[in-house]
Amino acid sequence: MFYYVDVSDAARHLDSFEELAMPLFDQLYNFAQWLTQNRDEAEDLVQETYAKALKGFSSFQLGTNFRAWMYRILRNTFLTSRTGLRATMTVPLDLEEDGPQLAVERDTPETLLFERASRDALQSAIDELPVYSREVLLLCDVEEMSYQEISETLSIPIGTVMSRLSRARRALRDRLRPTLPDAGTPAVEKGANHGL
Amino acid sequence: MACDSWKEKLDAYLDGEVPENEMRAFDAHLRGCASCSADALARLQMKRSIQAAGGRFTPSAEFRKKIQIQIQKTGATKTRPSFGHSQRWILAATAAVILLVGTLASTYLAIRSRSDAANRDHAFSEIADLHVETLASASPVDVVSTDRHTVKPWFQGKIPFAFNLPELQNTQFSLLGGRMTYLDQAPGAHLIYDVRKHHISVFIFQEKPLSPKLVQSLPANSPPPKPLPFNLETWSQGGLRYFVIGDASAADIDALAKLFKAAS
Repeated sequence: MFYYVDVSDAARHLDSFEELAMPLFDQLYNFAQWLTQNRDEAEDLVQETYAKALKGFSSFQLGTNFRAWMYRILRNTFLTSRTGLRATMTVPLDLEEDGPQLAVERDTPETLLFERASRDALQSAIDELPVYSREVLLLCDVEEMSYQEISETLSIPIGTVMSRLSRARRALRDRLRPTLPDAGTPAVEKGANHGL
Repeated sequence: MACDSWKEKLDAYLDGEVPENEMRAFDAHLRGCASCSADALARLQMKRSIQAAGGRFTPSAEFRKKIQIQIQKTGATKTRPSFGHSQRWILAATAAVILLVGTLASTYLAIRSRSDAANRDHAFSEIADLHVETLASASPVDVVSTDRHTVKPWFQGKIPFAFNLPELQNTQFSLLGGRMTYLDQAPGAHLIYDVRKHHISVFIFQEKPLSPKLVQSLPANSPPPKPLPFNLETWSQGGLRYFVIGDASAADIDALAKLFKAAS
């Protein structure tokens, strides 16, 4: 994708908005459907996001991250929607208190795990993650956002980004492990093991 | 450091989120530790699998069109001036004149706009080609150093101008080195930076020797051609023209550009 971040005053009109915002359209839509898990709701969410962003474009602070700004609008819109409220109500509040978790050492190499797990299984596993885990994982691994950018988008500290990310990846591994025909002995994990 | 301590930070390492000095220590540890390197490989594969599986949903062309129309409609509503009844006759008379002038002008502008767009696309492609061609080379840099105090003096006597390189301490960028380059038959400096495994090129040229056609076709806030899979930022400062281009995120390109602007 190819777009400018450092827009000048003269560029802050409709054309500029379209030039900055439309290259993000596919990514925002993809993220929206991952959040809502429903095509129609994803379209509504994206439509509302663009409407809000256009309305608030004059207040967009120059030199700041436009992509993070758009994702923040989309995510906040989602959180206040009925689906968003329902999805977020299922997350225990004490998860935020967890610190970084120790790495996992397995009897079965994950290399095999992910080679064998089909894309469908992986997508289903991501679908099953709680929304707070799903969004941070997608922003990091799919959108390739930095921790700082994720922190800005989700309005959470970087430490929380790291702990949510760690938890999401661990949960994904746990969910995919039983799908293997011969995954062997269950993983032996060292250190703290906090399920989701 | 025990392996547990390394593994605790393995995700951050693979996400390119550990400081430069720690990154090097990590590299060294992974080269010597089979357990950690196997874990790192597994996690990297997981990351790649998620990346591949994550781009799952595609919007329909109709929906894209709908949003574009929504943007244009909203903009038109916002910017359209409102007129009272008494002013409408003036509007009608003005419209007739505008129509006549507009018909003549639009033909000229359409031709010129097509030509401007072609020039701009060509200029952007030139920069992108320089970037890609260098990275594809077996030896992308002639001066290999992460130290700006080594790289900058290397250009002395090779290019007819001097420039400043930014201090990168406490940033996520690292300098890989530099080389001479040419654009529009003008010599310039080509610096290559790394950020989270992405390479970014910074090109610096004197603005004067560049042909006016090329400079004019690349104003700092001109709309870029859409199909080019790179982010790019360009500006003029102190008689020099800077181009920052790479497949890193727009935010990273912007951050590196800001460091250069501050250093110049």
